[in-house]
Amino acid sequence: MDAQAIIDSLSPLVPGAVFEAAPSVDFTTVYVSGEHLVATCQALRDSLNFETLVEVTAADYLPRAPRYEVVYHLLSVSKRLRLRLKVRVANDGTLATVQGVYPGAGWLEREVWDMFGIVFDGHNDLRRLLMPEDWEGHPQRKDYPVQIQKAAQTYAPLEVSQEQFRANLERDRVKRTH
Amino acid sequence: MSEIRTETMTVNMGPQHPSTHGVLRLVMELDGEVVQSVIPTIGYLHTGIEKTAEQKKWQQVIPLVERMDYLAAQSNSLSYALSVEKLLGLEMPQRVKDIRVLIAELQRIASHLIWIGTHGLEIGAVSMLFYAVRERELLLNINELIAGFRFFPSYIRIGGLREDLPRGFHAQVTEFLDRFPAKIDEFEGLLTKNDVYRRRTEGVGVISKEHAYAWGLVGPIARAGGSDYDVRKYFPYSGYETYDFKVPTATEGDVYARYRVRVAEMRESVKLAREALSRISPTGAWACDDTRVVPPPKDKVYSEMEALIQHFLIYSQGFTVPAGEAYVPVEGPRGEHGCYVVSDGSNRPWRVKMRAPSFMAIQALPTVVQGGLIADVVAVIGSTDVVMGDCDR
Repeated sequence: MDAQAIIDSLSPLVPGAVFEAAPSVDFTTVYVSGEHLVATCQALRDSLNFETLVEVTAADYLPRAPRYEVVYHLLSVSKRLRLRLKVRVANDGTLATVQGVYPGAGWLEREVWDMFGIVFDGHNDLRRLLMPEDWEGHPQRKDYPVQIQKAAQTYAPLEVSQEQFRANLERDRVKRTH
Repeated sequence: MSEIRTETMTVNMGPQHPSTHGVLRLVMELDGEVVQSVIPTIGYLHTGIEKTAEQKKWQQVIPLVERMDYLAAQSNSLSYALSVEKLLGLEMPQRVKDIRVLIAELQRIASHLIWIGTHGLEIGAVSMLFYAVRERELLLNINELIAGFRFFPSYIRIGGLREDLPRGFHAQVTEFLDRFPAKIDEFEGLLTKNDVYRRRTEGVGVISKEHAYAWGLVGPIARAGGSDYDVRKYFPYSGYETYDFKVPTATEGDVYARYRVRVAEMRESVKLAREALSRISPTGAWACDDTRVVPPPKDKVYSEMEALIQHFLIYSQGFTVPAGEAYVPVEGPRGEHGCYVVSDGSNRPWRVKMRAPSFMAIQALPTVVQGGLIADVVAVIGSTDVVMGDCDR
Protein backbone atom coordinates (compact mmCIF):
# COMPACT_ATOMS: atom_id res chain seq x y z
CA MET A 1 0.00 0.00 0.00
CA ASP A 2 1.67 3.21 -1.08
CA ALA A 3 1.27 6.61 0.50
CA GLN A 4 -1.40 7.73 -1.96
CA ALA A 5 -3.57 4.68 -1.27
CA ILE A 6 -3.32 5.33 2.48
CA ILE A 7 -4.19 8.98 2.00
CA ASP A 8 -7.13 8.09 -0.25
CA SER A 9 -8.58 5.74 2.33
CA LEU A 10 -7.89 8.12 5.22
CA SER A 11 -9.27 11.34 3.73
CA PRO A 12 -12.99 10.39 3.97
CA LEU A 13 -12.48 9.10 7.52
CA VAL A 14 -10.84 12.26 8.83
CA PRO A 15 -12.70 15.20 7.35
CA GLY A 16 -10.72 18.39 7.05
CA ALA A 17 -7.31 16.82 7.54
CA VAL A 18 -4.48 17.55 5.15
CA PHE A 19 -2.21 14.62 4.36
CA GLU A 20 1.00 14.81 2.46
CA ALA A 21 3.01 11.90 1.12
CA ALA A 22 6.68 12.05 2.06
CA PRO A 23 9.61 10.42 0.27
CA SER A 24 10.93 7.33 2.03
CA VAL A 25 13.33 4.47 1.43
CA ASP A 26 11.76 1.87 3.70
CA PHE A 27 7.97 2.11 4.06
CA THR A 28 5.04 4.44 3.58
CA THR A 29 5.46 7.84 5.19
CA VAL A 30 2.69 10.39 5.53
CA TYR A 31 2.71 13.88 7.02
CA VAL A 32 -0.36 14.83 9.01
CA SER A 33 -1.26 18.13 10.59
CA GLY A 34 -1.03 18.21 14.39
CA GLU A 35 -4.68 19.05 15.07
CA HIS A 36 -5.87 15.97 13.16
CA LEU A 37 -3.36 13.54 14.61
CA VAL A 38 -5.65 11.87 17.15
CA ALA A 39 -8.53 11.49 14.69
CA THR A 40 -6.10 10.04 12.15
CA CYS A 41 -4.74 7.51 14.63
CA GLN A 42 -8.30 6.59 15.61
CA ALA A 43 -9.22 6.00 11.96
CA LEU A 44 -6.03 4.04 11.32
CA ARG A 45 -6.64 1.76 14.29
CA ASP A 46 -10.37 1.22 13.84
CA SER A 47 -10.78 1.20 10.06
CA LEU A 48 -7.38 0.33 8.62
CA ASN A 49 -6.29 -2.29 11.20
CA PHE A 50 -3.17 -0.61 12.52
CA GLU A 51 -3.40 -2.34 15.90
CA THR A 52 -0.05 -1.37 17.32
CA LEU A 53 1.91 1.77 17.91
CA VAL A 54 5.49 0.59 17.80
CA GLU A 55 7.37 3.77 18.38
CA VAL A 56 7.00 7.48 19.02
CA THR A 57 10.08 9.61 18.68
CA ALA A 58 11.14 13.02 17.46
CA ALA A 59 13.99 14.72 15.69
CA ASP A 60 15.21 18.27 16.11
CA TYR A 61 16.06 19.98 12.81
CA LEU A 62 17.29 23.12 14.52
CA PRO A 63 17.81 25.90 12.00
CA ARG A 64 14.71 24.80 10.15
CA ALA A 65 11.20 25.99 10.97
CA PRO A 66 9.03 24.28 12.11
CA ARG A 67 11.78 22.92 14.24
CA TYR A 68 10.68 19.42 15.28
CA GLU A 69 9.24 16.40 13.61
CA VAL A 70 7.44 13.89 15.78
CA VAL A 71 7.41 10.42 14.26
CA TYR A 72 4.86 7.69 14.91
CA HIS A 73 5.60 4.17 13.68
CA LEU A 74 2.43 2.15 13.30
CA LEU A 75 2.18 -1.54 12.59
CA SER A 76 -0.67 -3.58 11.18
CA VAL A 77 -0.05 -7.23 11.95
CA SER A 78 -3.17 -8.44 10.14
CA LYS A 79 -2.29 -6.59 6.92
CA ARG A 80 1.49 -6.92 7.18
CA LEU A 81 1.90 -3.18 6.84
CA ARG A 82 3.98 -0.50 8.41
CA LEU A 83 3.22 3.19 8.36
CA ARG A 84 5.17 6.20 9.48
CA LEU A 85 3.12 9.21 10.51
CA LYS A 86 5.00 12.45 10.85
CA VAL A 87 3.89 15.69 12.44
CA ARG A 88 5.72 18.99 12.19
CA VAL A 89 5.89 20.85 15.48
CA ALA A 90 7.04 24.43 15.95
CA ASN A 91 9.59 25.52 18.53
CA ASP A 92 7.09 26.10 21.34
CA GLY A 93 4.33 24.03 19.78
CA THR A 94 2.30 21.32 21.45
CA LEU A 95 0.66 18.13 20.27
CA ALA A 96 -2.35 16.17 21.46
CA THR A 97 -1.60 12.85 23.10
CA VAL A 98 -2.62 9.63 21.34
CA GLN A 99 -2.84 7.77 24.64
CA GLY A 100 -6.59 7.45 24.19
CA VAL A 101 -6.07 5.43 21.01
CA TYR A 102 -2.87 3.58 21.85
CA PRO A 103 -2.29 3.26 25.62
CA GLY A 104 1.33 2.29 24.92
CA ALA A 105 2.03 5.85 23.75
CA GLY A 106 2.19 7.04 27.37
CA TRP A 107 5.86 6.51 28.12
CA LEU A 108 6.96 7.08 24.54
CA GLU A 109 5.47 10.57 24.60
CA ARG A 110 6.87 11.12 28.06
CA GLU A 111 10.33 10.33 26.72
CA VAL A 112 9.84 12.76 23.82
CA TRP A 113 8.87 15.47 26.33
CA ASP A 114 11.83 14.58 28.52
CA MET A 115 14.31 14.65 25.66
CA PHE A 116 12.88 17.39 23.39
CA GLY A 117 10.49 19.42 25.55
CA ILE A 118 7.52 18.91 23.23
CA VAL A 119 4.39 19.12 25.38
CA PHE A 120 1.63 16.56 24.80
CA ASP A 121 -1.72 18.09 25.70
CA GLY A 122 -3.97 15.85 27.72
CA HIS A 123 -1.21 13.45 28.72
CA ASN A 124 -1.97 11.88 32.10
CA ASP A 125 1.56 11.77 33.47
CA LEU A 126 3.98 14.12 31.70
CA ARG A 127 6.93 13.88 34.08
CA ARG A 128 10.64 13.24 33.62
CA LEU A 129 11.24 9.65 32.60
CA LEU A 130 14.88 9.01 31.83
CA MET A 131 16.41 12.16 33.32
CA PRO A 132 16.27 12.96 37.05
CA GLU A 133 13.13 14.70 38.25
CA ASP A 134 14.83 18.03 38.87
CA TRP A 135 16.80 18.12 35.61
CA GLU A 136 16.79 21.34 33.65
CA GLY A 137 16.70 21.39 29.88
CA HIS A 138 15.95 18.76 27.29
CA PRO A 139 19.11 16.88 26.30
CA GLN A 140 18.26 15.67 22.80
CA ARG A 141 17.75 19.21 21.50
CA LYS A 142 20.46 20.22 19.10
CA ASP A 143 21.23 23.39 21.07
CA TYR A 144 21.77 21.42 24.26
CA PRO A 145 25.50 20.93 24.97
CA VAL A 146 26.93 17.46 24.63
CA GLN A 147 29.22 17.70 27.61
CA ILE A 148 28.39 19.83 30.61
CA GLN A 149 29.93 20.04 34.03
CA LYS A 150 27.29 19.66 36.64
CA ALA A 151 27.70 19.10 40.36
CA ALA A 152 26.50 15.71 41.50
CA GLN A 153 23.02 16.07 42.87
CA THR A 154 22.10 14.23 46.00
CA TYR A 155 19.14 14.65 48.20
CA ALA A 156 19.86 16.33 51.53
CA PRO A 157 19.64 13.90 54.42
CA LEU A 158 16.42 14.03 56.32
CA GLU A 159 16.93 16.35 59.24
CA VAL A 160 14.74 15.33 62.11
CA SER A 161 15.56 16.29 65.65
CA GLN A 162 15.50 13.74 68.42
CA GLU A 163 12.31 15.28 69.82
CA GLN A 164 10.52 15.18 66.50
CA PHE A 165 11.66 11.61 66.00
CA ARG A 166 10.20 10.56 69.35
CA ALA A 167 7.00 12.48 68.64
CA ASN A 168 6.66 10.69 65.29
CA LEU A 169 7.17 7.32 66.94
CA GLU A 170 4.55 8.15 69.53
CA ARG A 171 2.13 9.34 66.85
CA ASP A 172 2.59 6.14 64.84
CA ARG A 173 2.14 4.00 67.95
CA VAL A 174 -1.09 5.82 68.75
CA LYS A 175 -2.20 5.43 65.16
CA ARG A 176 -1.56 1.71 65.19
CA THR A 177 -3.42 1.05 68.42
CA HIS A 178 -6.52 3.08 67.56
CA MET B 1 -12.90 -5.43 71.30
CA SER B 2 -12.42 -2.73 68.74
CA GLU B 3 -12.28 -3.56 65.06
CA ILE B 4 -8.85 -4.26 63.60
CA ARG B 5 -7.63 -1.33 61.58
CA THR B 6 -6.01 -2.09 58.25
CA GLU B 7 -4.25 0.22 55.90
CA THR B 8 -2.21 -0.15 52.77
CA MET B 9 1.55 -0.14 52.89
CA THR B 10 3.88 1.52 50.41
CA VAL B 11 6.94 -0.54 49.60
CA ASN B 12 9.94 0.37 47.54
CA MET B 13 11.21 -2.51 45.44
CA GLY B 14 14.57 -1.67 43.95
CA PRO B 15 16.48 0.08 42.50
CA GLN B 16 18.95 -2.40 43.94
CA HIS B 17 16.62 -5.37 44.28
CA PRO B 18 18.22 -8.51 42.82
CA SER B 19 15.15 -9.53 40.83
CA THR B 20 14.68 -6.23 39.04
CA HIS B 21 17.24 -7.10 36.34
CA GLY B 22 19.47 -4.16 36.93
CA VAL B 23 18.20 -0.92 38.34
CA LEU B 24 14.46 -0.78 38.06
CA ARG B 25 12.55 0.77 40.92
CA LEU B 26 8.96 -0.13 41.67
CA VAL B 27 6.92 1.82 44.20
CA MET B 28 4.20 -0.59 45.20
CA GLU B 29 1.13 -0.02 47.27
CA LEU B 30 0.27 -3.25 49.03
CA ASP B 31 -2.84 -4.37 50.79
CA GLY B 32 -1.44 -7.31 52.71
CA GLU B 33 0.11 -9.36 49.95
CA VAL B 34 -2.10 -8.00 47.20
CA VAL B 35 -0.62 -5.38 44.91
CA GLN B 36 -2.90 -2.37 44.63
CA SER B 37 -0.77 -0.18 42.41
CA VAL B 38 2.69 -0.17 40.92
CA ILE B 39 4.63 2.84 39.70
CA PRO B 40 7.86 1.94 37.87
CA THR B 41 10.71 4.43 37.92
CA ILE B 42 13.37 4.02 35.27
CA GLY B 43 16.31 6.03 34.05
CA TYR B 44 18.98 4.85 36.50
CA LEU B 45 20.96 3.40 33.61
CA HIS B 46 20.39 6.27 31.19
CA THR B 47 23.73 7.03 29.58
CA GLY B 48 22.70 9.31 26.73
CA ILE B 49 23.88 6.92 24.04
CA GLU B 50 21.53 8.47 21.48
CA LYS B 51 22.99 11.92 22.12
CA THR B 52 26.55 10.59 22.00
CA ALA B 53 25.84 8.79 18.73
CA GLU B 54 25.09 12.11 17.04
CA GLN B 55 28.70 13.18 17.67
CA LYS B 56 30.27 10.05 16.16
CA LYS B 57 30.86 8.98 12.60
CA TRP B 58 28.44 6.40 11.24
CA GLN B 59 30.68 3.39 11.75
CA GLN B 60 31.72 4.52 15.25
CA VAL B 61 28.12 4.24 16.45
CA ILE B 62 28.22 0.43 16.25
CA PRO B 63 30.03 -0.10 19.58
CA LEU B 64 27.72 2.45 21.19
CA VAL B 65 24.46 0.82 20.19
CA GLU B 66 25.82 -2.59 21.17
CA ARG B 67 26.00 -1.33 24.74
CA MET B 68 22.29 -0.52 24.87
CA ASP B 69 20.80 -3.97 25.22
CA TYR B 70 23.88 -5.57 26.73
CA LEU B 71 22.50 -9.11 26.64
CA ALA B 72 21.73 -8.95 22.92
CA ALA B 73 24.52 -6.73 21.66
CA GLN B 74 24.51 -7.99 18.09
CA SER B 75 20.78 -7.59 17.75
CA ASN B 76 21.31 -3.85 18.33
CA SER B 77 24.15 -3.54 15.87
CA LEU B 78 22.30 -5.60 13.26
CA SER B 79 19.25 -3.32 13.38
CA TYR B 80 21.44 -0.21 13.24
CA ALA B 81 23.52 -1.56 10.35
CA LEU B 82 20.43 -2.61 8.41
CA SER B 83 18.86 0.83 8.79
CA VAL B 84 21.98 2.65 7.62
CA GLU B 85 22.44 0.20 4.76
CA LYS B 86 18.85 0.91 3.75
CA LEU B 87 19.71 4.61 3.49
CA LEU B 88 22.88 3.84 1.56
CA GLY B 89 21.04 1.42 -0.70
CA LEU B 90 23.53 -1.36 -0.07
CA GLU B 91 22.81 -4.99 -0.83
CA MET B 92 24.84 -7.57 1.04
CA PRO B 93 26.42 -10.65 -0.56
CA GLN B 94 24.62 -13.89 0.32
CA ARG B 95 27.47 -15.10 2.52
CA VAL B 96 27.31 -11.95 4.68
CA LYS B 97 23.55 -12.37 5.08
CA ASP B 98 23.98 -15.98 6.19
CA ILE B 99 26.71 -15.10 8.68
CA ARG B 100 24.48 -12.37 10.09
CA VAL B 101 21.59 -14.81 10.46
CA LEU B 102 23.89 -17.25 12.24
CA ILE B 103 25.18 -14.56 14.59
CA ALA B 104 21.68 -13.24 15.29
CA GLU B 105 20.43 -16.70 16.20
CA LEU B 106 23.41 -17.45 18.43
CA GLN B 107 22.79 -14.10 20.09
CA ARG B 108 19.17 -15.03 20.66
CA ILE B 109 20.21 -18.27 22.33
CA ALA B 110 22.72 -16.42 24.51
CA SER B 111 20.12 -13.90 25.60
CA HIS B 112 17.48 -16.55 26.28
CA LEU B 113 20.02 -18.47 28.35
CA ILE B 114 20.51 -15.53 30.68
CA TRP B 115 16.75 -15.10 30.77
CA ILE B 116 16.07 -18.74 31.68
CA GLY B 117 18.81 -18.65 34.31
CA THR B 118 17.74 -15.46 36.07
CA HIS B 119 14.03 -16.21 35.76
CA GLY B 120 14.56 -19.63 37.33
CA LEU B 121 16.77 -18.15 40.02
CA GLU B 122 14.15 -15.59 40.99
CA ILE B 123 11.44 -18.18 41.22
CA GLY B 124 13.49 -20.48 43.40
CA ALA B 125 15.08 -22.84 40.89
CA VAL B 126 18.54 -21.58 41.79
CA SER B 127 20.49 -24.21 39.89
CA MET B 128 19.05 -23.03 36.55
CA LEU B 129 21.51 -20.16 36.48
CA PHE B 130 24.53 -22.46 36.67
CA TYR B 131 23.25 -24.69 33.87
CA ALA B 132 22.41 -21.70 31.66
CA VAL B 133 25.59 -19.72 32.21
CA ARG B 134 27.72 -22.79 31.48
CA GLU B 135 26.22 -22.97 27.97
CA ARG B 136 26.41 -19.21 27.46
CA GLU B 137 30.12 -19.38 28.16
CA LEU B 138 30.53 -21.41 24.97
CA LEU B 139 28.70 -18.73 22.98
CA LEU B 140 30.90 -16.04 24.47
CA ASN B 141 33.88 -18.13 23.39
CA ILE B 142 32.54 -18.03 19.83
CA ASN B 143 32.29 -14.23 20.10
CA GLU B 144 35.86 -14.14 21.31
CA LEU B 145 36.92 -16.26 18.38
CA ILE B 146 35.34 -14.05 15.73
CA ALA B 147 36.14 -10.64 17.18
CA GLY B 148 38.32 -10.88 20.26
CA PHE B 149 35.51 -9.49 22.38
CA ARG B 150 33.16 -11.60 24.43
CA PHE B 151 30.22 -9.30 25.15
CA PHE B 152 30.30 -6.55 22.55
CA PRO B 153 32.07 -7.96 19.49
CA SER B 154 31.19 -5.07 17.07
CA TYR B 155 31.58 -7.71 14.39
CA ILE B 156 28.58 -6.60 12.34
CA ARG B 157 29.51 -3.41 10.54
CA ILE B 158 27.80 -1.09 8.09
CA GLY B 159 28.60 -2.66 4.74
CA GLY B 160 29.12 -6.19 5.99
CA LEU B 161 31.33 -7.62 8.69
CA ARG B 162 34.55 -6.51 10.32
CA GLU B 163 36.65 -9.24 8.74
CA ASP B 164 36.41 -12.79 7.50
CA LEU B 165 35.56 -15.70 9.78
CA PRO B 166 38.54 -17.08 11.67
CA ARG B 167 39.94 -20.56 11.21
CA GLY B 168 38.16 -23.13 13.32
CA PHE B 169 34.89 -21.20 13.36
CA HIS B 170 32.79 -23.95 11.78
CA ALA B 171 34.17 -26.59 14.12
CA GLN B 172 33.51 -24.54 17.23
CA VAL B 173 29.95 -23.58 16.25
CA THR B 174 29.15 -27.15 15.18
CA GLU B 175 30.41 -28.41 18.50
CA PHE B 176 28.06 -26.05 20.33
CA LEU B 177 25.06 -26.83 18.10
CA ASP B 178 25.62 -30.58 18.53
CA ARG B 179 25.68 -30.40 22.27
CA PHE B 180 23.04 -27.72 22.90
CA PRO B 181 19.71 -29.52 22.08
CA ALA B 182 20.43 -32.06 24.82
CA LYS B 183 21.04 -29.17 27.19
CA ILE B 184 17.63 -27.67 26.36
CA ASP B 185 16.16 -31.04 27.33
CA GLU B 186 18.06 -30.70 30.58
CA PHE B 187 16.59 -27.22 31.22
CA GLU B 188 13.14 -28.51 30.44
CA GLY B 189 13.70 -31.45 32.74
CA LEU B 190 14.37 -28.98 35.53
CA LEU B 191 11.43 -26.66 34.91
CA THR B 192 8.74 -27.74 32.44
CA LYS B 193 7.14 -30.40 34.61
CA ASN B 194 8.42 -29.02 37.90
CA ASP B 195 5.36 -28.78 40.11
CA VAL B 196 6.65 -25.85 42.14
CA TYR B 197 7.57 -23.92 39.00
CA ARG B 198 4.21 -24.55 37.36
CA ARG B 199 2.28 -23.45 40.41
CA ARG B 200 4.25 -20.22 40.49
CA THR B 201 3.73 -19.49 36.82
CA GLU B 202 0.49 -20.96 35.46
CA GLY B 203 -2.30 -18.40 35.25
CA VAL B 204 0.03 -15.68 36.55
CA GLY B 205 0.55 -12.38 34.75
CA VAL B 206 -1.71 -13.06 31.80
CA ILE B 207 -1.10 -10.82 28.77
CA SER B 208 -3.56 -11.46 25.97
CA LYS B 209 -2.79 -10.73 22.34
CA GLU B 210 -5.03 -7.64 22.29
CA HIS B 211 -3.47 -6.34 25.51
CA ALA B 212 0.00 -6.85 24.06
CA TYR B 213 -0.86 -5.04 20.84
CA ALA B 214 -2.44 -2.10 22.66
CA TRP B 215 0.71 -1.63 24.73
CA GLY B 216 3.13 -2.22 21.86
CA LEU B 217 4.51 -5.50 23.21
CA VAL B 218 5.30 -7.17 19.91
CA GLY B 219 7.64 -10.12 20.36
CA PRO B 220 7.71 -13.24 22.53
CA ILE B 221 5.24 -11.66 24.97
CA ALA B 222 2.57 -11.26 22.29
CA ARG B 223 3.39 -14.67 20.82
CA ALA B 224 2.72 -16.32 24.17
CA GLY B 225 -0.74 -14.76 24.02
CA GLY B 226 -1.66 -16.10 20.60
CA SER B 227 -0.07 -13.66 18.16
CA ASP B 228 2.08 -15.06 15.38
CA TYR B 229 3.84 -11.79 14.64
CA ASP B 230 7.54 -12.33 14.14
CA VAL B 231 9.56 -9.76 12.19
CA ARG B 232 11.55 -12.56 10.59
CA LYS B 233 8.35 -13.90 8.97
CA TYR B 234 6.37 -10.70 8.43
CA PHE B 235 9.11 -8.33 7.26
CA PRO B 236 12.06 -10.61 6.41
CA TYR B 237 15.52 -9.12 6.51
CA SER B 238 18.98 -10.52 5.88
CA GLY B 239 17.56 -13.42 3.88
CA TYR B 240 15.30 -14.96 6.54
CA GLU B 241 12.69 -15.62 3.86
CA THR B 242 14.93 -18.36 2.44
CA TYR B 243 15.05 -20.26 5.73
CA ASP B 244 12.54 -22.83 6.84
CA PHE B 245 11.59 -22.31 10.47
CA LYS B 246 8.56 -22.23 12.70
CA VAL B 247 7.43 -19.41 14.96
CA PRO B 248 6.55 -20.92 18.35
CA THR B 249 3.33 -19.59 19.84
CA ALA B 250 1.09 -20.30 22.79
CA THR B 251 -2.38 -19.12 23.70
CA GLU B 252 -2.53 -18.84 27.48
CA GLY B 253 -0.47 -15.65 27.74
CA ASP B 254 0.73 -16.39 31.26
CA VAL B 255 4.27 -16.64 32.61
CA TYR B 256 4.40 -20.35 31.85
CA ALA B 257 3.37 -19.76 28.22
CA ARG B 258 6.12 -17.18 27.81
CA TYR B 259 8.56 -19.71 29.22
CA ARG B 260 7.46 -22.38 26.75
CA VAL B 261 7.60 -19.98 23.80
CA ARG B 262 11.16 -18.93 24.62
CA VAL B 263 12.36 -22.49 25.11
CA ALA B 264 10.82 -23.47 21.78
CA GLU B 265 12.50 -20.43 20.22
CA MET B 266 15.86 -21.71 21.37
CA ARG B 267 15.21 -25.02 19.60
CA GLU B 268 14.22 -23.20 16.40
CA SER B 269 17.31 -21.00 16.68
CA VAL B 270 19.50 -24.10 16.79
CA LYS B 271 17.89 -25.33 13.56
CA LEU B 272 18.29 -21.93 11.92
CA ALA B 273 21.90 -21.66 13.00
CA ARG B 274 22.64 -25.13 11.65
CA GLU B 275 21.06 -24.26 8.32
CA ALA B 276 22.96 -20.98 8.14
CA LEU B 277 26.25 -22.65 9.05
CA SER B 278 25.80 -25.21 6.29
CA ARG B 279 25.45 -22.37 3.75
CA ILE B 280 28.54 -20.46 4.87
CA SER B 281 31.74 -21.38 3.10
CA PRO B 282 34.85 -21.19 5.29
CA THR B 283 36.21 -18.25 3.28
CA GLY B 284 34.58 -15.83 0.90
CA ALA B 285 32.98 -12.40 0.75
CA TRP B 286 32.65 -10.77 4.17
CA ALA B 287 31.58 -7.31 3.04
CA CYS B 288 29.85 -5.73 0.10
CA ASP B 289 31.98 -4.27 -2.69
CA ASP B 290 30.92 -0.65 -2.25
CA THR B 291 34.13 1.34 -2.01
CA ARG B 292 32.34 4.27 -0.34
CA VAL B 293 31.88 2.27 2.82
CA VAL B 294 34.21 -0.71 2.82
CA PRO B 295 37.95 -0.04 2.93
CA PRO B 296 39.95 -1.62 0.09
CA PRO B 297 41.88 -4.83 0.78
CA LYS B 298 45.23 -4.36 2.48
CA ASP B 299 47.37 -5.62 -0.41
CA LYS B 300 45.86 -2.95 -2.67
CA VAL B 301 46.41 -0.25 -0.05
CA TYR B 302 50.11 -1.04 -0.15
CA SER B 303 50.36 -1.12 -3.95
CA GLU B 304 47.82 1.34 -5.38
CA MET B 305 47.62 5.06 -4.75
CA GLU B 306 43.81 5.23 -5.18
CA ALA B 307 43.27 2.45 -2.69
CA LEU B 308 45.54 4.18 -0.20
CA ILE B 309 43.60 7.44 -0.56
CA GLN B 310 40.29 5.61 -0.18
CA HIS B 311 41.56 3.80 2.91
CA PHE B 312 42.72 7.09 4.41
CA LEU B 313 39.42 8.83 3.67
CA ILE B 314 37.30 6.10 5.22
CA TYR B 315 39.35 6.03 8.41
CA SER B 316 39.77 9.80 8.80
CA GLN B 317 36.56 11.31 7.41
CA GLY B 318 34.24 8.35 7.51
CA PHE B 319 31.62 8.13 4.79
CA THR B 320 28.53 10.16 4.11
CA VAL B 321 25.03 8.74 4.04
CA PRO B 322 22.32 10.19 1.77
CA ALA B 323 19.83 12.41 3.59
CA GLY B 324 16.70 10.63 4.72
CA GLU B 325 15.39 8.36 7.40
CA ALA B 326 15.08 4.62 7.81
CA TYR B 327 13.73 2.15 10.32
CA VAL B 328 14.48 -1.51 9.69
CA PRO B 329 13.36 -3.68 12.59
CA VAL B 330 14.82 -7.06 13.47
CA GLU B 331 13.37 -9.74 15.69
CA GLY B 332 15.53 -9.37 18.77
CA PRO B 333 15.42 -11.78 21.70
CA ARG B 334 12.97 -9.47 23.48
CA GLY B 335 10.80 -8.54 20.52
CA GLU B 336 10.83 -6.03 17.71
CA HIS B 337 14.13 -4.24 17.91
CA GLY B 338 14.62 -1.44 15.45
CA CYS B 339 16.79 1.57 14.94
CA TYR B 340 15.29 4.80 13.60
CA VAL B 341 18.11 6.59 11.83
CA VAL B 342 17.98 10.09 10.36
CA SER B 343 20.74 11.40 8.13
CA ASP B 344 21.28 14.96 6.95
CA GLY B 345 23.73 13.83 4.30
CA SER B 346 26.86 14.29 6.38
CA ASN B 347 29.32 11.80 7.85
CA ARG B 348 27.59 11.74 11.24
CA PRO B 349 24.06 10.61 12.09
CA TRP B 350 21.54 13.35 12.75
CA ARG B 351 19.42 11.20 15.01
CA VAL B 352 19.65 7.62 16.24
CA LYS B 353 16.75 6.18 18.19
CA MET B 354 16.54 2.58 19.28
CA ARG B 355 13.13 1.07 19.69
CA ALA B 356 13.50 -0.76 22.99
CA PRO B 357 11.24 -3.74 23.72
CA SER B 358 12.10 -3.65 27.43
CA PHE B 359 10.91 -0.05 27.65
CA MET B 360 7.46 -1.06 26.45
CA ALA B 361 7.38 -4.12 28.70
CA ILE B 362 8.09 -2.09 31.84
CA GLN B 363 5.50 0.47 30.84
CA ALA B 364 2.87 -2.26 30.64
CA LEU B 365 3.99 -3.96 33.87
CA PRO B 366 1.49 -2.18 36.20
CA THR B 367 -1.44 -3.29 34.05
CA VAL B 368 -0.30 -6.90 34.38
CA VAL B 369 0.55 -7.18 38.08
CA GLN B 370 -2.13 -5.01 39.67
CA GLY B 371 -4.52 -7.10 41.72
CA GLY B 372 -2.05 -9.98 41.90
CA LEU B 373 0.24 -11.10 44.67
CA ILE B 374 3.55 -9.45 45.44
CA ALA B 375 5.40 -12.71 44.85
CA ASP B 376 3.97 -12.81 41.34
CA VAL B 377 5.53 -9.44 40.52
CA VAL B 378 8.93 -11.12 40.55
CA ALA B 379 7.70 -13.91 38.28
CA VAL B 380 6.18 -11.43 35.82
CA ILE B 381 9.23 -9.18 35.62
CA GLY B 382 11.36 -12.24 35.00
CA SER B 383 9.05 -13.55 32.30
CA THR B 384 8.95 -10.29 30.35
CA ASP B 385 12.75 -10.50 30.09
CA VAL B 386 13.49 -6.83 30.60
CA VAL B 387 17.02 -5.48 30.37
CA MET B 388 17.47 -2.08 31.93
CA GLY B 389 20.27 -1.10 29.57
CA ASP B 390 17.82 -1.58 26.72
CA CYS B 391 15.11 0.32 28.57
CA ASP B 392 17.13 3.37 29.63
CA ARG B 393 19.68 3.52 26.79
